[in-house]
Amino acid sequence: MNAFKRDKKEEEDGGGNPFQNLEKTTVLQEARTFNDTPLNPRKCAHILTKILYLLNQGEQLGTMEATEAFFAMTKLFQSKDVVLRRLVYLGIKELSSLAEDVIIVTSSLTKDMTGKEDLYRAAAIRALCTITDGGMLAAIERYMKQAIVDRSPAVSSAALVSSLHLTNVSGDVARRWANEAQEALNSNNVMVQYHALGVLYQARKADKHAVIKLVAKLMRTSPKSPYAACMLIRMACKLLDEVDKGEELLGFIESCLRHKSEMVVYEAAHALINLGRSCTKEITPAISVLQLFCGSQKPALRFAAVRTLNKVAMSHPTAVTACNLDLENLITDSNRSIATLAITTLLKTGAESSVDRLMKQIATFVSEISDEFKVVVVQAIRALCQKYPRKHAVLMNFLSAMLRDEGGLEYKAAIADTIIAVMEVNAEAKEAGLAHLCEFIEDCEHNSLAVRILHLLGQEGPTSKQPSRYIRFIYNRVILESASVRAAAVTALARFAAACPPLLPNVLVLLSRCQLDSDDEVRDRAAYYCAILQQQNEPTILPLVQPPLLSVPSLERALRNYMQTPMDEPFDISQIPPAQTVEEPTQVEVHTTVKQQPRLTREESFMEKLSQIPHLTMIIRDSSLLKSSPVFELTESETEYNVKCIKHTFTEFLILQFDCVNTLSDQLLEDVRVAVEPPEGYTIVCEVPCPRLPYNELGTTYTVLRYPEDVHASVATIPTTLRFMARDCDPATGVPDADQGYNDEYMLEDLEITLADQVRGIGNRGVDFNAAWEAAGAKGFVKLEETFALGSSVTSLEGAIQSLTGFLSLDAVERTNRVQSGAAAHNLLLSGIFRGGKEVLARARLALSDNQVTMQLTVLCQDPDVAELIISSVG
Amino acid sequence: MNRAGSSKVVQHNQSSMLLSDQDREFQQREPTLYTVKGMAILDNDGNRILAKYYDKNVFPTSKEQKTFEKNLFNKTHRANAEIIMLDGLTCVYRSNVDLFFYVMGSSHENELILMSVLNCLYDSVSQILRKNVEKKAVLDSLDIVMLAMDEICDGGIILDADASSVVQRVALRTDDIPLGEQTVAQVLQSAKEQLKWSLLK
Repeated sequence: MNAFKRDKKEEEDGGGNPFQNLEKTTVLQEARTFNDTPLNPRKCAHILTKILYLLNQGEQLGTMEATEAFFAMTKLFQSKDVVLRRLVYLGIKELSSLAEDVIIVTSSLTKDMTGKEDLYRAAAIRALCTITDGGMLAAIERYMKQAIVDRSPAVSSAALVSSLHLTNVSGDVARRWANEAQEALNSNNVMVQYHALGVLYQARKADKHAVIKLVAKLMRTSPKSPYAACMLIRMACKLLDEVDKGEELLGFIESCLRHKSEMVVYEAAHALINLGRSCTKEITPAISVLQLFCGSQKPALRFAAVRTLNKVAMSHPTAVTACNLDLENLITDSNRSIATLAITTLLKTGAESSVDRLMKQIATFVSEISDEFKVVVVQAIRALCQKYPRKHAVLMNFLSAMLRDEGGLEYKAAIADTIIAVMEVNAEAKEAGLAHLCEFIEDCEHNSLAVRILHLLGQEGPTSKQPSRYIRFIYNRVILESASVRAAAVTALARFAAACPPLLPNVLVLLSRCQLDSDDEVRDRAAYYCAILQQQNEPTILPLVQPPLLSVPSLERALRNYMQTPMDEPFDISQIPPAQTVEEPTQVEVHTTVKQQPRLTREESFMEKLSQIPHLTMIIRDSSLLKSSPVFELTESETEYNVKCIKHTFTEFLILQFDCVNTLSDQLLEDVRVAVEPPEGYTIVCEVPCPRLPYNELGTTYTVLRYPEDVHASVATIPTTLRFMARDCDPATGVPDADQGYNDEYMLEDLEITLADQVRGIGNRGVDFNAAWEAAGAKGFVKLEETFALGSSVTSLEGAIQSLTGFLSLDAVERTNRVQSGAAAHNLLLSGIFRGGKEVLARARLALSDNQVTMQLTVLCQDPDVAELIISSVG
Repeated sequence: MNRAGSSKVVQHNQSSMLLSDQDREFQQREPTLYTVKGMAILDNDGNRILAKYYDKNVFPTSKEQKTFEKNLFNKTHRANAEIIMLDGLTCVYRSNVDLFFYVMGSSHENELILMSVLNCLYDSVSQILRKNVEKKAVLDSLDIVMLAMDEICDGGIILDADASSVVQRVALRTDDIPLGEQTVAQVLQSAKEQLKWSLLK
């Protein structure tokens, strides 16, 4: 009875699968049958199938094993059985990358490829091309050219496709065989046409004009194959990206919207929408086509249509509004991906009133969709929060519900990001958002996310209405979590204590308990914070609890310089530029982008470069680079010489870096320098000319100026001239013709040295601005105040903030660069340092009336001249 | 010694590794015939019967491939919804009795092109197995099904998307196919042969 049961079970499991439980070694043993004479084709085919099956299941063969199997297989060329021969081709392709000496079958395959049997020829070509390397290519070239123009479509297609694969072996295969491909393009077979088009594009893609000609010719006849038509549309799009005028190309793509194949119609609609430069007029016909597809019976078509509409909805929400009704019908689609895309599209186009209903709909199935789509939903909600700030309560609740669900790190991080973003934009949402995040970290399995949220709590929590309520959540982490989370929690606790004096005694108790932690880092932090917090009880210790993110290489250099001085004065940390935080690009697609590596700040990389130039090292050794300006063009583009300037400001020096390019192929420039006429007060310290400037290469010359004593004179205009020794040369080789050159000069545009060049903004140092403002008065800073009416070009508060921060190059602090929508007055707080480490604080009260912005600017600085300069340069 | 095959593969691998994400993004916009990233036939437990991946950047190891297949099967075996996006790929699928057919393409690919490949795969297998599309039948004719997959897609390029022409090319003896599913050319061909034989007799 038992035995019977087992049999039955096995039968169900195996289902009579002859390929189950195959052993690699046994099968390879069996391959010896291939050597038998006469061959039994049926049996050999079965064994070969087993080998192929094993390879397909991911079984790895060693080089020896593969080579043995390969050679056994070559014996099978003796058989005339069609199926067996075809399996041999398949085997050759599979083993070609594993076995050695595979070229041994070249002659057999060449014979089959030129033989009479049509069933062999196409497959033989494809097998042959997988074993071909660069050296063998010449030997088969003649046969391949013939095959491309063969009457049999299968042979022709096989040859065309193989020549595309061969591009990996030898780059110019496609170009060498382009004539044959051109002929194949006229074939009646649709697939041959498609493949020929692919080869021709590969051959000509480097030459834009050739592609234009190819596309223009095909546009007139319009290919029969829908695949070729799709390919042609893609080629046309590529051209539209590159060329300026493309009315014809655009017309062609639009005409494809009326093609009889849905595939082509969709490709055209998709292309029109993705062109990037499309205006509403161009995409309207595409959208109406997609609208039709939304009602299709085929899920794939509905999916394609909705996905594309979803994409347009980001850039042209109004254009998609027409499809709202069709999209509503798709909300209940049995394919959850379609339903999700439909809803997120509606969220983007819909009115505020429909938000509640849609959110309810999503909630019913959000657990059934894949993480990737959940991220799409979260992004849609994020966009919605920005659009309808008033709806934040509904959306926040929804997000917190999603946070409680199962999900991967990426998904959870997206939700947390969204909550944080909502809190930043909308002050009302802050309390609720923090509460949701607190709840989330109670049960969060992702350490990195928990650490981030704790950091955020430490930053935002102390300024909330009731800071004490967060302490419990944070301390729970100290008890329950892994070391990295505990450390983050300790830091967060310390911040509360530093920012909210009433909480200090309680937090100190908690921190002292943390000093008994089992982890070194947690203990260290707790001990450090306890020590600091017990000593003083002022808001000024906040920077110590929450150290600003300084750029480490700069800090190192500054400290090294400081060591060389007698160290009489205390070290000034405000000189150090903050670490560069890279703004993440906003994600618009379903994909995840790989985060960028942290890198050196722009200033640091310039500093590295400058300190490698011998003449300059002496000058800049003792000071640090305050700021490098953006690049200024001193010439029009398209002139004989291109000169760009970057201004590097040090405490006392100004290094002008001129990047020059010589665009004349028949000239070699030598001893290139940019002559500057120093304005009053400035003195030239040294010049570093560029010894040789050949055609089309970048050469750099430097001029070092000393800033004038009087800061008022530092804002100036400098006339510049490019001076060089020109030598005529042979355009082809670049070798100069004559021994003697001649001196020449070329007028450049004037260079402006502005206030912004000498000031670096420092935002977000974690310092309380008001405290700093009060303290500055006590430290003897000079305060200047003046009222201005801003010019007619500034018509909004945002515009005023932008132009002011750009002009002064001070950074806005405490997020005062964001204006409440609809506000008529705004307080902008700015901070930065002037060269020489002079701290600058500024407050601008802005008022808007009748599109006219009035500003009262107050500047605090330790140097009265600097304050005066700032005020006077605004006026 | 080992130049012929493997050196080529190595070169290809390196060049693809040098590409940054941006380049890949750019390449996706480059018109190309390399449309299909993979094809698979799974059984009703999500185990692989046959699978091919054509892009070295997409699931390079067989372990990654199988994880993806398991994942894909879990997402698709209950809902017969035809299309899904997974791991940055657009996957179209179709099932019958105890078989699941999948075709994968990049997320930028035209979904309908992938669908046409899937239909071709399914219809070819169906014709080869004489409409008896189930696991046992596939295993019995595994060699022919392998040949059919090879004829549909070669290294990621669609070779043929017409089922009857694929079936014709996989060397299935013409008299094996019922009359109704032969193409006109095939019928004419077999009629000619029969006529020839009758004349010879």
